[in-house]
Amino acid sequence: MNLSFQIQGGDFTSAGTASSQVRRTLKELGVDASVIKRVVVALYEAEVNVVAHAYRGTISAEISPDKVFMKLVDEGPGITDIEKAMTPGFSTASQEVREMGFGAGMGLPNICRNADVFNIHSVPGKGTTVEITIQFK
Amino acid sequence: MNMDQQMKPFHHALRIRKEICIGCSRCIRVCPTEALRVIDGKAKLHPEWCIDCGECFKVCPVKAIVVEDDDIAKIFRYKHRILLIPSIFFAQFEEKLTLDAIKGILYDMGFTELCTVEQGADLLVDEINRYVAEFEGEKPVISSYCPAVVRLIQIRFPSFADRIMRLIPPLEITAQYYRNEYEKNGVPLEDVGIFYVTPCAAKIAAIKAPVGGYISPINGVINMSELYNKVFLAYKQKGITENEHCTLIHSSISSVGVRWSMVGGEADIFRGRALAIDSMPNVIEFLERLENEEIKGIDFLELRACDMSCCGGILVQDNRFLIKERIDKMAEELPEKHMLDQEFRNVCSGYIPMEPVEPRAMVKYHADLKIALQRMEEARRLRDQLPDIDCSACGAPSCEALADDIVCNRATMKHCVILHAHRANPEMMEKIWGKKRFIKK
Repeated sequence: MNLSFQIQGGDFTSAGTASSQVRRTLKELGVDASVIKRVVVALYEAEVNVVAHAYRGTISAEISPDKVFMKLVDEGPGITDIEKAMTPGFSTASQEVREMGFGAGMGLPNICRNADVFNIHSVPGKGTTVEITIQFK
Repeated sequence: MNMDQQMKPFHHALRIRKEICIGCSRCIRVCPTEALRVIDGKAKLHPEWCIDCGECFKVCPVKAIVVEDDDIAKIFRYKHRILLIPSIFFAQFEEKLTLDAIKGILYDMGFTELCTVEQGADLLVDEINRYVAEFEGEKPVISSYCPAVVRLIQIRFPSFADRIMRLIPPLEITAQYYRNEYEKNGVPLEDVGIFYVTPCAAKIAAIKAPVGGYISPINGVINMSELYNKVFLAYKQKGITENEHCTLIHSSISSVGVRWSMVGGEADIFRGRALAIDSMPNVIEFLERLENEEIKGIDFLELRACDMSCCGGILVQDNRFLIKERIDKMAEELPEKHMLDQEFRNVCSGYIPMEPVEPRAMVKYHADLKIALQRMEEARRLRDQLPDIDCSACGAPSCEALADDIVCNRATMKHCVILHAHRANPEMMEKIWGKKRFIKK
């Protein structure tokens, strides 16, 4: 089962569409609720990151009987120092984004904590790719 | 939770009268758990999915859906016939039919004691606040008041089952209190009949089959609409009669109690961040957002299945907005605290804890994830071939539901009436629905 979504930078009203659809699908399949929760938290954070920082992006979710693999590819400024971005509390979000309740700087560590496998790859000036795998058991 | 508990079937208070059902499909489209299908010209209920919310009852044009209540004559099996009356019952009547007049009529009908249900509510004010403050799980805590919401959560939002507040509702507290009073006074319990007038089907189901191993002291449930008619008829025929017993025992309920079944009845007494949400679509929308992890910082949720909460109950007569107005007026004239508050507290505090609510997730495709995934993929492929009109002419609530039914071998593609019609007369169908709709994706 493959699901894919397009995201526009700055479109906070639609942020959460992908995580919501993936959640619904996993729930209909009967995946354990605690696993779904981790998927939703990780994907929602990653999705909001694209909306908040990138110009546009795509999300794909590949559901197999034992796991879900999610890939977020964005076109955007990229991340210069990934290690720094992974530090809890560190944020480059603008004031505007923070006022909307996003950009507290917990994004990447939170994704990492909920994922079984987490990969991040970024080219400054081009964009970022995030891969999240969560096992069902 | 053990397997026995999980497998215990739901008791249902709603039944479809086959001989009356015209198979019109209105009910199947409003069911929040998609528990209804039209088969052989009749609506059929999936008993494991029905939550007794009564949405189908509201839209049935021929009154084929009935509420399974107890006959009023059942009260005469008991020497002491206690009627627990929710405030809503009184608020249904026009102002000229006073509280005393209604009480007089009810005594004439054979009840020996009349009690207001929401006496037990005051006791919950501190208990709810304490419960939420001490709650160690993830918030918001969800109120256990509305039994249709409790069942909705068990079936559609099973991961929230452990957030349901484990305190019994005012109705059960009051029932326990009265049973205890009679027992204390040496009355044999087989002589005590406790009856409740219900505004909805869900409360009947909850009394007959409560959460966990709890046994309700309520012996019978009377349909509010039936009792309304009986009272109104007596009033029209005999007018207001004097009755020597014309007092409602412990009648002075508080303003908090009288408003408990209204929107905000619980949320307003909560001292943290609470929301009051009414009507099934609103409740579902909010729970979906909560499940999406989009909502943070709410401590307590008051969720009520009916629009305007119990004022909009399926068995409540008169307009729900007028009822709310009458309740508000009643509340203005009442004290803030119930006079029996302390006594209730002493007698009932041991009864308040409720057993945990067991999740009973719907198995949509298959318990085996591998098979479920295959079926889901197949259902998505079928959905692309279906017209996406959700006309329900196939007997399922939507094209999506038909696709799911097909992959679970409960229906076939032949059920799609629109595709048949398109094959028979493509020009006409395309003129209405457009060419694009019939191109298989």
